[in-house]
Amino acid sequence: MRDGQVVKGVRFRDHRVVGDILALARRYRDAGADELVFYDITASPENRSVDCAWVSRVAEVLDIPFCVAGGVSTVAQAEAVLGAGAEKISVNSPALERPQLIDELARRFGAQCVVVGIDSQAADGGYHVHQYTGDAGRARDTRRATLEWVREVQQRGAGEIVLNCMAADGVRAGYDVDQLGAVRACCDVPLVASGGAGTAEHFATVFAAAGVDAALAASVFHSGELEIRSLKSFLRAQGIEVRP
Amino acid sequence: MSLADVVIIDSGGANLASLRFALERLGARSVVSAEPAVVAAAARVLLPGVGAAADAMARLAAAGLIGTVRALSQPLLGICLGMQLLYEHTEEGATTGLGLIPGTVRRIPAAAGRPVPHMGWNTCHALRPDSLLAGIKDGEYFYFVHSYAAPVSASTSATTDYGGPLAAVVERGNFHGVQFHPERSGTAGARVLRNFLEF
Repeated sequence: MRDGQVVKGVRFRDHRVVGDILALARRYRDAGADELVFYDITASPENRSVDCAWVSRVAEVLDIPFCVAGGVSTVAQAEAVLGAGAEKISVNSPALERPQLIDELARRFGAQCVVVGIDSQAADGGYHVHQYTGDAGRARDTRRATLEWVREVQQRGAGEIVLNCMAADGVRAGYDVDQLGAVRACCDVPLVASGGAGTAEHFATVFAAAGVDAALAASVFHSGELEIRSLKSFLRAQGIEVRP
Repeated sequence: MSLADVVIIDSGGANLASLRFALERLGARSVVSAEPAVVAAAARVLLPGVGAAADAMARLAAAGLIGTVRALSQPLLGICLGMQLLYEHTEEGATTGLGLIPGTVRRIPAAAGRPVPHMGWNTCHALRPDSLLAGIKDGEYFYFVHSYAAPVSASTSATTDYGGPLAAVVERGNFHGVQFHPERSGTAGARVLRNFLEF
């Protein structure tokens, strides 16, 4: 999301407009999406919280769960987003600024509402967490080891982790199965794979090889290259349980 | 007293918006209230609940609603925590419930590969006919988010499986409950709400 429209970039850069929020929300709901995630990508770089007006408009039309991410850095902001009708809130940069935020959100709303998004890529033989990735000018390597951060956010009360593998993002060459597998090994809460989906086989591989609980994708669906219903039929034929 | 088709009991959860929007999409008029007189006069009552059981019961007690709810003869639907509150007791905060359905709500045991909360889409299987599930095929998916669950008992009309069967749809007289979130469960969830509105 940026300026009220849905945008998508490649490796977190060069975002272009994909379409209207409500039209896309309806389209994906009708196509059989199990959950939608909305990232207000410039909220944290611009030091503001997400705009609740569009959250409420989305809630009016959606009857599946949706998660909102974008600059939520206080319990009060989270309460406004949840009160507007979101099922979950996802925190990323603000949780890196102040990890205690995760504890506060989990205590107030329960772990099931609290998703921690982690933007990560390979560095120094391991993986590092990145921050402010919505703004190419401010994005930075925090030097924090991804696996340590994964353990910490769970201890603090994260109910779900979305791992955005930055090097794979938007390039449709497949999920980063190695990195997701490494995170899975220290992640006891639901783990969502993000970044890299290009074909139906990529989804089957990430479920089978990395053991993730869910796979998130944007580019392949926005472009119309993959249709959710046929993707689900394909996965079912591979013996992976999915909601029809 | 109220022209609404359904009164949603304000049990203090942050998220009543999605439920209100779901009713709107079905063309139903709803009001959110914690007034005993409004609840008592409602054609139908929804008892939602997000948060902790002890807090929700304390709010019902503070609003003077416990006796009102227990005395209702019109259809009531408890959703998620709202369903659990219908029971006699819940392990969550060792809380006494409304006592409308016999039994104790217990914590779901966590296991490897089966984290708690039980969160996400899962199937429901009917044990017996229930008009709340009219038009819904066996094995339909609904959206669940919960850490505590009611045992399968004489009041259970459908179950879901998460390391064993858990009560998913319950019915005792005019008191109904669903452990899943119908307002988040797509077309099938909308059908459950519509069935309730047609009672």
